[in-house]
Amino acid sequence: MKTATDAPAIEIRGLAKSFGNNLALGGIDLEVETGKTLAVFGPNGAGKTTLIKILATIMQPSAGEVSIGGLKLKDNAEAIRSRIGIVSHQTFLYGNLTAYENLLFYCRMYGVSNPAERIRQVVTMVSMEARLRDRIGTLSRGMQQRLSIARALLHQPDIVLLDEPETGLDQQAISLLWQTLKEDGDSKRTVIFTSHSLERGLNVCDDVIILNKGKIVHRQSGKETDISGLRQAYHCCTEGNGEIAV
Amino acid sequence: MKSKILIGAGALLMLAHLYAIFFYVPTDAETGVIQRIFYLHVPLAWIAFFAFFIVLVGSIMFLWKRDLKWDRLSSASAEIGFLFITLMLISGCIWAKPVWGVWWVWDARLTMSLVLWFIYAAYLLIRAYVSEDGQRARFSAIVGIIGFLDVPLVFLAVKLWKTQHTGLIVFEGGLVSEMMWTLIVGIVAYTVLYAILLIKRVAIKNCQNEVNILKNMVSGG
Amino acid sequence: MKLLSKALVIAWKDILSETRTREIITSVLVFAVLVIVIFHFAFDGSSQEMLELAPGMLWVTFAFAGVLSLNRSFIKEKEENCLEGLMVCPVSREAIYVGKMLGSLLFMLLVEAVVLPVFALLFNVSVISLPLIAITLLATVGFAAVGTLFSALAVNTRAREMVLPILFFPIVAPVIIGAVNASASILAGDPWSSMSAWFGIIAAFDVIFLVVSFLVFPFVIEE
Repeated sequence: MKTATDAPAIEIRGLAKSFGNNLALGGIDLEVETGKTLAVFGPNGAGKTTLIKILATIMQPSAGEVSIGGLKLKDNAEAIRSRIGIVSHQTFLYGNLTAYENLLFYCRMYGVSNPAERIRQVVTMVSMEARLRDRIGTLSRGMQQRLSIARALLHQPDIVLLDEPETGLDQQAISLLWQTLKEDGDSKRTVIFTSHSLERGLNVCDDVIILNKGKIVHRQSGKETDISGLRQAYHCCTEGNGEIAV
Repeated sequence: MKSKILIGAGALLMLAHLYAIFFYVPTDAETGVIQRIFYLHVPLAWIAFFAFFIVLVGSIMFLWKRDLKWDRLSSASAEIGFLFITLMLISGCIWAKPVWGVWWVWDARLTMSLVLWFIYAAYLLIRAYVSEDGQRARFSAIVGIIGFLDVPLVFLAVKLWKTQHTGLIVFEGGLVSEMMWTLIVGIVAYTVLYAILLIKRVAIKNCQNEVNILKNMVSGG
Repeated sequence: MKLLSKALVIAWKDILSETRTREIITSVLVFAVLVIVIFHFAFDGSSQEMLELAPGMLWVTFAFAGVLSLNRSFIKEKEENCLEGLMVCPVSREAIYVGKMLGSLLFMLLVEAVVLPVFALLFNVSVISLPLIAITLLATVGFAAVGTLFSALAVNTRAREMVLPILFFPIVAPVIIGAVNASASILAGDPWSSMSAWFGIIAAFDVIFLVVSFLVFPFVIEE
């Protein structure tokens, strides 16, 4: 399904999510252009994971509108899911099955044509060809994470969501991750990733937002990121000195 | 104001009911004085099942509207209903022993009631095992809906089962008009009691909810 | 049908995983045979008495074994949060229900297929008859329909293993009553007319709860 060329990949208006009386996200307005990489920073409990889960259609919003690739989230969840890939700190891989079987399973779920070929491609990208026929349970955490990245890219998603992907990955694996994301598919891939580590995220993203207590407290776009300003804004949030006006 | 009227009316009805049970209604010819439990047992049974119907309504409404007020209604009704069904079963046993010679029989009505007791218990236990409000509400709503649909099936199954084997005859015979009136007053009185308990219980839950909201606001900053 | 094909992929995945470890089948099988043996210790009567008790013992065994295997169904999805992985796929939530249900159904039927001959052996009854197989199939569908829904629910609560039996047994009471009575009629060689109503009740249960569980399942897994 083609989107209008100038429609943003992700459009969020007034997004809110509450769990009982706990307001996890309150009134988020956000636009992410196609092909850009957005970094979402914030302390624990800021609502980063909630935001990712809503975009991944795992959670329903309590209020607000979300459009992904021009499609409204409410009515087109299944269609949206075929265009999203997600990498989380949990791998979504079944321990008893081999890497190949896991990837084959997801190929079938995503309706990937020519699965054998595609599996070979993604596994080569993450340098795991040697362990393809091994059970996931026998692999190290870092290897599992690499396969999780392969899993996320099987169906060549336009939009990739990363929820604190560097948890449990060493520096080498992290660079591999970003390299793979850029390599595979065209450059029009939109990426959103969350992190609570400023330094690691900054050199790969185009735009930045900082979440605190469910609200966006700081936005910065373009490569002209004022690092010190950003750092100050971030530390204000984590120390709880009140919100910074957007 | 409205609840005061309701409480007043309920009190009057209860007194009228008690009077009717002990002074107005004649003693049953066949079974004697113990039969008067009937006028307590039937209203309790009526409320036990009606309360579960309210649980069903609240459950469906919650899943549809996702407003926690429906969950508060369902859970309040379930608590009250559980009390009433327990009393109903106990009063039934007390009545059964002198009349039938046994505390319990496995006929359709009793078995269905016992299964409903277990479904109520499951509903309340689920709530105890889930901490997050929204999840708790969703899960209990599901138990409420499935449970309600199950009860008629249990009744049918046991009914069929017991027609194939001889069993004790539960209750026969007509009711003279005094008995009918006492029964009606009883059902109305207990319905009013249920309504009062439900209103109060929901009010307490609403207060608890408000306190939690305030707590969140204070600790959240 | 798209839903069915995706559901079958999920069921295939569960079957494949199970063939690796065989943990569900073996533990449930051993448990089931043990239960039958314990019944034999508990009720040692004449062969006529045992014949009368046999249907009840059989179905209690199947019910308890069923709960054990249903419990495992969603625990596997909890590891590495695979359930979220399923939810991110372009499949409907209902397809996930059908897939898990078919997998559980197959496991339960496999266990029953082994337990029935053992039961026949220990109790000297003949179990290879079409009606008995039919009623076992029908009743197990009922178990799987409700059990899959409750298993998904139970795995998200604090007292996982205890919650499922508490929910499951009251709800499947009509199935157990129906299955025991039908089995008794079958073993006694009664004509079809005397047991057709039982088949009807269990079939009605299956239809109602397959539909309702299907509709309600998304509410269990989605927040």
